Amino acid sequence: MKFVGVTSCPTGIAHTYMAAESLEQSAKAAGHEMEVETQGAVGAEPLSAETIAAADAVILAHDLEVKDKARFAGKPIIDVGVKKAISDGPGLIAQAVAAVEDWRINPERAAAAAAAPAAAGGGLSTKVDTGVGVGTKIRQWLMTGVSYMIPFVAAGGILIALSFMLAQVALGKTGAIQIVQYGLAAEGKFNITQNFNPVSLTSWAALLFVIGGAAFSFLVPILSGFIAFAIADRPGLVPGIVGGFVSYTIGAGFLGGLATGFLGGFSARWISRWKVHKGVRGIMPVIVIPLLSTFITCGLLITVLGRPLTWLTDTLNTALTDMSGGSAVLLGLILGAMMGFDFGGPVNKVAYAFATTGLLAAGTATDSPQLKIMAAVMAAGMVAPLAMALATTVRPQLFTEPERENGTAAWLLGASFISEGAIPFAAADPVRIITASVIGSSITGGLAMWFGVTLRAPHGGIWVSPLMGNILGFLVAVAVGVLVMASIVVVLKQRDHSRAAVAQVADAVIA
Amino acid sequence: MALITTNQVVLDLSDPDRHAATRTLAGTLVASGRCTDLETFLDDVRKREEQMATGLPGGIGIPHARSTAITEPSLVFGRSPTGIDWGAEDGPATLVFLIAAPAGGGEEHLKILAALARKLMRAEFRQSLTDAPDAATVVDIVDREVVNP
Repeated sequence: MKFVGVTSCPTGIAHTYMAAESLEQSAKAAGHEMEVETQGAVGAEPLSAETIAAADAVILAHDLEVKDKARFAGKPIIDVGVKKAISDGPGLIAQAVAAVEDWRINPERAAAAAAAPAAAGGGLSTKVDTGVGVGTKIRQWLMTGVSYMIPFVAAGGILIALSFMLAQVALGKTGAIQIVQYGLAAEGKFNITQNFNPVSLTSWAALLFVIGGAAFSFLVPILSGFIAFAIADRPGLVPGIVGGFVSYTIGAGFLGGLATGFLGGFSARWISRWKVHKGVRGIMPVIVIPLLSTFITCGLLITVLGRPLTWLTDTLNTALTDMSGGSAVLLGLILGAMMGFDFGGPVNKVAYAFATTGLLAAGTATDSPQLKIMAAVMAAGMVAPLAMALATTVRPQLFTEPERENGTAAWLLGASFISEGAIPFAAADPVRIITASVIGSSITGGLAMWFGVTLRAPHGGIWVSPLMGNILGFLVAVAVGVLVMASIVVVLKQRDHSRAAVAQVADAVIA
Repeated sequence: MALITTNQVVLDLSDPDRHAATRTLAGTLVASGRCTDLETFLDDVRKREEQMATGLPGGIGIPHARSTAITEPSLVFGRSPTGIDWGAEDGPATLVFLIAAPAGGGEEHLKILAALARKLMRAEFRQSLTDAPDAATVVDIVDREVVNP
C-alpha cells in the first residue's frame, strides 16, 4: 500500500523528524511505501498532489495543527500525537492498513468521504491552497482550468495553422478561404468524412482543419469543467463541462465559460455539503450532485444570460453600422478593441461578423472601405496571441510552465489569425490580459485603417498575405500593437503578487 | 562552526535526574561561548520538557530548545551508564542529546538537526554511540553520519 503522512511538534527541530523517520522505516519494514511531510522548523517539502492522490491512507502525527488538512479529504486518516509515531511506528502502519481494509469492506464510508470533495486514487490533480486569500484562490481555480485547456489550444491551433499552410500550397492564394468550408457534417463535396482522397493535398488540408476545429470546440467546456473541478473536486466536472459546452454553443465564449466554471463548481460544492439521509448518501456523487448542479448551472446560463447576450450583439451591430460612415480610424480603433476583448466570444464575434459580411458586399471592388475593415479586424485579431508569445519569450519568469509552452505555440497561432491562442492567458488572468489586449489590439486596428491596408480574405493571417494591399502597413500595424500589449502585460504581471501561488497549481497539474 | 566538538561530549553523565543532567550538559556550551546565559537556556529547555517529556523509547533523551541565549546550533552528547529517568515509558535514558538552536536559527543548521533527529531513530546509529570508546569517536560518528553524510 501507499501511505502519506504529516508530522509536527512544538519546537519543530526534533520530534517532527524522528516521527517521520519512524513512520517511513516502519512502513518500509512492513512492505509499504510512505512519504512524510515534515512541518517543522526547516521549510517543509510539501507532498505533491499526485503522491497524495495515489495514497491509500493518511497518518497525521502532530502536536500542532496540520497545515492544509483538506488535501487529505476522502481518505482514511489516522490522527495521533507526534510521540505515538516515534514510540509505535509499526502499530500506526498496522492501523492504517486496517483502516484501508475497513473502507473496502464498508464502501459507505468511502462514499460519504467522496461526497465531501475528494479525489480518491484518481489521476486528475489540482492543488488549491486553503489558507490563502480569496483573490489568490480565484487565480488558482482559473489556473487549474487553464492548465487542462492548454493542450487543446495547442493541438487544435497548430492543426488549423498547418491546414492553412497546406491549403495555400494546394489551392493557391485563396486556399485559406476555401478550406474553412470543409466540415465533418458539411453539405456535398465539403463533407470530409465522405470525400477524403488520400492523394489530394486539399483533402489533407481539410482533414487537418476539421480535426483542429473539433479540438477547438472543447476549449470552453474543458476550461469551465476544470475550474469547477478545482472548486468542488470531482462533483464539479459534470456541471462545469456541460455548462461550458452550452456557453460555447450559445456563443458566450470563454468569458461565459468562466461563469459556468464558477457556477458549476459552487453549486456542486454546495449540494455536496447537504446533510442527507443515509440511504441517499450513496447516490449523491453519481446521481444527485451532477443532476442538480448541472441543471442549476445550465438553467441559469440559458435563462439569465441568453437574452442579454442577444441584446449585446444587436446593440453592438447597430452601433457599428451607424459608425461606418464616420471616421475610419475611429472605427478601426473600436473594431480592434472588440477583437481583443474576448477572443471568439460575443464581442469579438460581432466585430468579426461585421467585417466578413462587409467583405461579401464588397464583391470584386478593389478599394472599397469593407476591404479596409477586414484588414483592420484581422490585424487586430493577431495581436493578442503574438503579444503573449512575445511576453513569454522575453519574460518567461512571469509565466507558469504550461503558459510558457502555450506561448511557443502562440507564435504560430497568432501569425495564422487564431486569436484563441490568447485564451489560456486571458482565462488565467482576465483583468490584466484583457486590459492589455484591448489597448494593443485597438491601436493595431486604428493603425491598419490609417495606413489604408486592404484584405479580401476572412481567415488565414499571414498565409493570405498575397490577398493584402499595403502588406508593409499591415505588418507595422500588427507589430506596434504587439509591442504595446506585451509591454503592458509585463508591467502588470510584475506587480502581481499572487503569481507564486498560482504557479504552484500549474506545476501540480502538469506534474 | 561544527555542530559538536569533543568538548561537548560527556561520557560519564552521573547526575541524579534529568534537570541536573541537562545543567551539566549545557555547562559545556557556556564554557565554549555558545550559550550566553545558562539560566535562560535551561529555562527554555524546561518549558519544552514540561509540555511533554522528551524521553524516547530505546533509552534516549532529547532535551532541546530554541533559545535567545544560544549563539549557534549545537549538540551536546551525554552517556549515562546507569541511566537517568527522562520520562519515557520503557525506562531511563542512557543516551542524551541536548539540542540547542538559536531563536532565529539559520536554515542550514536546522537541516542538520533534522537529519540528526532522523538518525536517532536508527538502532545501528544509537548502538555505535553506545559503543564509542572516546569523545573523538562520538564527534566522528556524528560528523560522518549527520553533518557530512
